[in-house]
Amino acid sequence: MKKQVKFGVGIGIIVVALGFLAWLGYGESKTYYHTIAELQSLNSSQRSQRIRVGGTVAVGSIRHSSGRVDFVLEGEGKAIPVTYAGSDPLPDTFTDKAQALVEGRLGADGRFAAEHVQAKCASKYEAAPGGDTKGAAAGSTQPSTM
Amino acid sequence: MDVFGSFALLLAFVCAVYAFAGGIAAIITRHPLLVKSTRQAGMATCGLIFLATFCLEYLFFTDNFSVAYVVEHSNRDLSSLYKVTALWSGMEGSLLFWSFLLAIYVISVLITYRNKNGELMPYVGVVMAGVQVFFLTLNNFVESPFKVLAAPGAGGVMSFITRADGNGLNALLQYPEMAIHPPNLYSGYTGFTIPFAFALGALLARYPGEKWIHLTRKWTMIAWMFQSCGILLGAHWAYAVLGWGGYWGWDPVENASLLPWLTGTAFLHSVMMQEKRGMMKVWNVWLVFTTFLLCIMGTFLTRSGVVSSVHAFAQSNIGSWFVAFMGITLAVCLGAYLKNRDYLATENQLDSMISRESSFLFNNLLFLVACIAVLSGTLFPVFSEWFTGNRISVGAPYFNRVNIPIGLLILFLTGVGPLLAWRKTSTESLKKNFGWPLMIGAAAGGLAFVFGFREFFSVICLTLCVFVAATILLEFYRGAKVIRARSGASYPACAIDLTMRNTRRYGGYIIHMGMVFVFIGLAGAAFNRDVQKSMQVGQSLQIGPYTLMLQGADTKPEQNYTAQRMLVEALRDNKPVMMLFPEKRRFAGNNQENGTMVAIYSTWKEDLYVVFAGMDPETREPVIHAFLNPLVKWIWFGGVVVVFGTIVALLPNRRSVLVLAPTQQPAAAQPLPHAVPSSVALREGHD
Repeated sequence: MKKQVKFGVGIGIIVVALGFLAWLGYGESKTYYHTIAELQSLNSSQRSQRIRVGGTVAVGSIRHSSGRVDFVLEGEGKAIPVTYAGSDPLPDTFTDKAQALVEGRLGADGRFAAEHVQAKCASKYEAAPGGDTKGAAAGSTQPSTM
Repeated sequence: MDVFGSFALLLAFVCAVYAFAGGIAAIITRHPLLVKSTRQAGMATCGLIFLATFCLEYLFFTDNFSVAYVVEHSNRDLSSLYKVTALWSGMEGSLLFWSFLLAIYVISVLITYRNKNGELMPYVGVVMAGVQVFFLTLNNFVESPFKVLAAPGAGGVMSFITRADGNGLNALLQYPEMAIHPPNLYSGYTGFTIPFAFALGALLARYPGEKWIHLTRKWTMIAWMFQSCGILLGAHWAYAVLGWGGYWGWDPVENASLLPWLTGTAFLHSVMMQEKRGMMKVWNVWLVFTTFLLCIMGTFLTRSGVVSSVHAFAQSNIGSWFVAFMGITLAVCLGAYLKNRDYLATENQLDSMISRESSFLFNNLLFLVACIAVLSGTLFPVFSEWFTGNRISVGAPYFNRVNIPIGLLILFLTGVGPLLAWRKTSTESLKKNFGWPLMIGAAAGGLAFVFGFREFFSVICLTLCVFVAATILLEFYRGAKVIRARSGASYPACAIDLTMRNTRRYGGYIIHMGMVFVFIGLAGAAFNRDVQKSMQVGQSLQIGPYTLMLQGADTKPEQNYTAQRMLVEALRDNKPVMMLFPEKRRFAGNNQENGTMVAIYSTWKEDLYVVFAGMDPETREPVIHAFLNPLVKWIWFGGVVVVFGTIVALLPNRRSVLVLAPTQQPAAAQPLPHAVPSSVALREGHD
């Protein structure tokens, strides 16, 4: 019985330590999904969270300027201005009328500061091609994570 | 041909249903003719699936633009290679391809064991047919690849139409790796059906002993090899095509491919506990069940878009089919387990903390925790929405924080585990086996620290890599020395001889070595750097030791696309190293898609990774994004070594005399001889 206890303690330490790390990582990276319409009605604590929002890039709204890209994301009859200032190039699929997912934080002025932009051509693709082809249906400004 | 193909699919479905239902009847009645006819129905199912797949390829090669799937995924100018790969570039074709690969496995199993294991095979056949029925249902009635185009003509009557040209293949898929990555990954996903079928069959049949494990070892390893290969090829594709400088982003689809690999790897290790000691039987059976379910879920996650992924914009109704199938499978597994769990009683208990058993136990624990962590992270948006109403996702920091320590612990066990004795390890043998490797590893870690490696996890990782590599090399050296004493041949020749005498053990070491190389590559990621600059011709940018000079730009028309190339010269210490040609491709077809071609100058030390990121909208100058990624090449090299090791481990031993008897008999009758705790004699057999 003593051995079982030893193993139990060993396993317990590993699981608890990893659980703690998971909790830390969760706190660092949790991101809330909202629609554009919801963004207007968030309270202040919700506004400070990391947010992911999807919509359609408004026609003619993409403005490139040094080090940043501004555009307007539309959806459900609402619109929100977005600024992307990341260093990664915007995906090839990011054009007028493209569906885009942006991830970042909502600024106090109502501008959305995007850290990542993912985009999909409006014209094609139902689901992703190939069971495995990450990004196959869309481009993204994903940072290297490993 | 489309009618022929869809008819072949329908007939395949009928045959599969017969193989399934008839198989159950055959098990109940034990009528030999019925057993034979269901087996043949199983083979016929596979033949008909091959025929249907061939039909779809034929439609691609004849540019038959009356078929919807061909229109959507091909065009006339598409090269032959990509007409082959277009088969799996969309939903319908991928599912047909799934059935196709499964059929290859199923027919191989049916033919291999047609005159053997008469008690077990009907059960296995039924399970395999059941899986086939599910996929053929999807192929026939939900996502048929043979749908033809039709439009209302004059008078509102629908008539068939043919397009002049297709929409073309997705630009991102027009890359050579796309020809081999999906087949590999799918072969992994489908391949785990075979061990699943044997495990469930053996449990249902109460098939005596550990024989199903021996029967399926080869199949599991083949599936595992394809899965490993598929994951690494996918990572390489993401690295070389997506142009973001990385190879792994914890994307749901990537995670989906990793999950069955984690449980499959755990299974490959824990079966040894069952073979040698008759332990962990329940665990093993559930590991196989879980692996299979995760394979189905991997396909489901990719196909349904249930989790927001890079390509989760579209939702598909196919999800409910998968959920139902997984539910039924789980219910069957659970039922079989509850009914026959007494058959899985363990024969031994753990003896010591420092023993082979406990290293396997912790290995399994870590793989399982990694699997649960990745799974819950991947599905977090779904569950958080169920429970709180808010859809919340977790990102890379979550996955990295959990999985990096797990990876390092597993790496540590990779070095330690194989050298621990079963039951209990003495202090002397610990010193003998680990003294030198520990010192060498610590020295390497110290050196790395002195030379400025200060990233905590990277230093630990490199230290462990050297330690593990040293233990493996020491094993080869010791074995070779024994043979050399007898034969007098050179050390390399003796090492090869040694490997061939016990392919399973030394093949396993080679696989471990491959994983060490992969970890070396992963450790480099902490030192990645990148620079982005908009440049005129003649200007240069500096990254690490390299200077990149923009020499010019040109435009190159190709058959199916037009490439805009940047001519970038890489210099090191003012000496030219290489010309790099990052390009943007504009593809033909209706969608005018763009693609990025990364130019990579790869050395063992680092990759110089150059992307043409488009034109700066203000200055109209090309933007060059350069990355310096240390040690990445080791990852791909490690992958090659892993595949090589798996192939070695699949070879039969040159002299089977060396294989000890126990595994050939039911373990119940053959508890391990207590007199051989000292590792060498025991490990001579097959680990």
